[in-house]
Amino acid sequence: MDEVVVQEFIEQEEDTQKGKFLIFTLEKESYGIEIKYVTEIIGIQQITEVPELPEYIRGIINLRGKIIPVMDVRLRFKKPFKEYNDRTCVIVVDIREVAIGLIVDSVSEVLSISENEIVAPPDMSKGGNKYIKGIGKVGSEVKLLLDCDKLLSGEEVENLSEI
Amino acid sequence: MSEPYSNEPMLDMYIFETTQNIEQLETLILLCEKNSSYDQESVNEIFRIMHTIKGTSSMMLFNNISTLAHSMEDLFYYIREQKPKDIDYSIVSDLVLEGIDFIKAELQKIMADEPVDGDCAHLIDNIKEFLSLIKQQNHSDIDIKKPVSNSKQQYYIAPDKSGNSLQANYFKATIFFEDGCEMENLRAYTIIHTLKELTQEVYFIPEDIMENDQTAEIIRKQGFKVYVKIDLSYDELHQLLMQTIFLKDLELVQLDNGEELNQYFKPVKRSVEEIPIKIPKIQPQESTSVSVNQNMISVNVEKLDKLMDLVGEMVIAEAMVVQNPDLVGLELNNFYKAARHLHKITSEIQDMVMSIRMVPLSTTFHKMYRIVRDMTRKLHKEVNLKLIGEETEVDKNIIEHISDPLMHLIRNAIDHGIENGDEREALGKPRAGKLILEAKNAGGDVLVIVKDDGRGLNKEKILKRAKENHLLTKPESEMSDREIYELILLPGFSTKDSASEFSGRGVGMDVVLKNLETIGGSVTVDSIEGRGTTITLKIPLTLAIIDGMNIKVGDSRYTIPTVAIKESFRPKETDLIKDPDGNEMIMVRGECYSILRLHEHFGVNTDIKDFSEGILIMVEQGNKSLCLFADQLLGQQQVVVKALPNYIRNFKKIEGLAGCTLLGDGSISLILDIAGLISK
Repeated sequence: MDEVVVQEFIEQEEDTQKGKFLIFTLEKESYGIEIKYVTEIIGIQQITEVPELPEYIRGIINLRGKIIPVMDVRLRFKKPFKEYNDRTCVIVVDIREVAIGLIVDSVSEVLSISENEIVAPPDMSKGGNKYIKGIGKVGSEVKLLLDCDKLLSGEEVENLSEI
Repeated sequence: MSEPYSNEPMLDMYIFETTQNIEQLETLILLCEKNSSYDQESVNEIFRIMHTIKGTSSMMLFNNISTLAHSMEDLFYYIREQKPKDIDYSIVSDLVLEGIDFIKAELQKIMADEPVDGDCAHLIDNIKEFLSLIKQQNHSDIDIKKPVSNSKQQYYIAPDKSGNSLQANYFKATIFFEDGCEMENLRAYTIIHTLKELTQEVYFIPEDIMENDQTAEIIRKQGFKVYVKIDLSYDELHQLLMQTIFLKDLELVQLDNGEELNQYFKPVKRSVEEIPIKIPKIQPQESTSVSVNQNMISVNVEKLDKLMDLVGEMVIAEAMVVQNPDLVGLELNNFYKAARHLHKITSEIQDMVMSIRMVPLSTTFHKMYRIVRDMTRKLHKEVNLKLIGEETEVDKNIIEHISDPLMHLIRNAIDHGIENGDEREALGKPRAGKLILEAKNAGGDVLVIVKDDGRGLNKEKILKRAKENHLLTKPESEMSDREIYELILLPGFSTKDSASEFSGRGVGMDVVLKNLETIGGSVTVDSIEGRGTTITLKIPLTLAIIDGMNIKVGDSRYTIPTVAIKESFRPKETDLIKDPDGNEMIMVRGECYSILRLHEHFGVNTDIKDFSEGILIMVEQGNKSLCLFADQLLGQQQVVVKALPNYIRNFKKIEGLAGCTLLGDGSISLILDIAGLISK
């Protein structure tokens, strides 16, 4: 019996998370990431560099005894590096059991974006939007909604096929 | 009906017990076969194990296992009772081992949560056929009774609890199960099993519920009657019985005195006295393990892992407190006294937790007997396996990793290494090949050595093969013997011309190497042609906590396992040598070592680039040494080895890094992989 209750509870919880996005900024753009992936948001921490990794993986941090890698989303999107300041945040996400920290300029809010407010990104032949799953319209602004799976795996797969 | 027992712990317990029983049985069979006789005690023990497996399996509704166990039980019952003279015991062993394999396969399925659907009909037929054959041969005119009630209860009786039956109450319970729930006798048995844990004075009608499936019908019609003397109140017992699965009706009556029951209790008491006689003791070794068992509990490995993690955190937390930057420059005598005390306790706890995780290699080693047996039979070779140092203990996690490599090595040795009997005699060697499996401690490592006295490795053949497969990285003439032998560890290498059933697909040895590398071990190969081959596996004692030396390079911190460090020193300008390629070397006591600048290797910015300002640390792994150049030493500390995050490991394997650890101040230090650095 308990299981059924738990199941319902999980469903409810998923329901409340559905359609909600954590909005963060990089330069002038606003991006959204599905709230169900987000574990927590922490300030920037001391990062230990790990050699031989691509530039956008800044290294590893100690999250209360758990060691997780951190990725600079700016560098990942091939934007210029910006010195970290007190607005800089690390969004800890858990994507298919892989925990990783995303370094972003700042985190603004959590928004509900209903499905009919989301449009598919324009089909550009030359890459460009491969990390974007959709574009959410909120009032007069647009939020770029990230595809988390691709963020973690996209380029590596390409790299391999290039070799 | 498919899953009436959604009771996970019960399933776990079943798997655990059955696995243990099966292993015990296998060892026993092999031992008997070695002595080429089945003595009375072994037969009893085998019978008992089969009986237990049958009982528990049918309780868990794994019918194919239980029927198979049942047929084997019949066989051994016959052997036990009739003591037939002319039995081909090798056939018995074959039959039982086949059965064991079947049960093992089924257990695997149970663990993987797959349907248990193996078909053992042919096995059962074989056993039955063999049984009737030996019956004829031995002209037994005594009809075989089914192995029934004489073996009924003695195995399930709980430790003596008669002492606490002071306030005992007598009850009579009649239980009816729901219509159509089937297997009433087994369900009834679970009730008895529960009651037995609380009291030993239980009597029930019908009595042979475990052995006789006909009783299900009786229970269905007349109900299951239980007489029990127990120190529970009426309500408590009622509640207990009401928990029964598929219960339809319960009638519980408290009896005023035990008169009505006493007649029934006698047989139970008698069987209590029978225990020492009935439970066979096989060997002194076995019997001690039986008595030790009373003081053992089995613990889920996950819990131990968790405990290990927690202790690791505690060690770090302790370092955080004691090495707190706020304490710098303060005179705190009492604090340090307390801190030392704390340190003593934490390190004791740590040792204790580590020792809990240590398991002797003997189970893994004993499995090899089976492989040797099967292979020697198939290949018609004679091989004696000798185990040395099987009591050597290593971390539980490591055992899991070396079982497969060992199996590979043993197979290789028998298949490729040891010649067949005639060939050996022609060479003047004893007819039976010798295979030694040895384990011993060496510093922080455990060495596992597989040694055979077979034909050894053929250098020319290896080189030819390596050339064909383009595996050579340097000219033949420059390769040492050992380097040539180690070519066999490369992927895609197999000298055997055609793949056999057991080995020789060219995927063996590199898997061995890979498996060992994942646990931080290494493999060395030695061989003398015509005299045999020795393969040494070097494995770390434990994965979890190591003594490390922390060093600093620029802003980064690294940890070197202390066992690898030979010395650290500041070099004299005059000892430094630079060759035309820019490789730097240093002379130490007449020997030349190459220098690796860590800041260059890891691309770290540092102001200290001059050898006279930093420090050189000489490290050694295997027989090779290297000097690492770092900014400064920070001090020695016990560190908890943590793997790099999965994401990074999936990304690429970083050469020269074994993992990472947390330092006292909460920052992360990377643990250097000395073997990886040296081999570069």
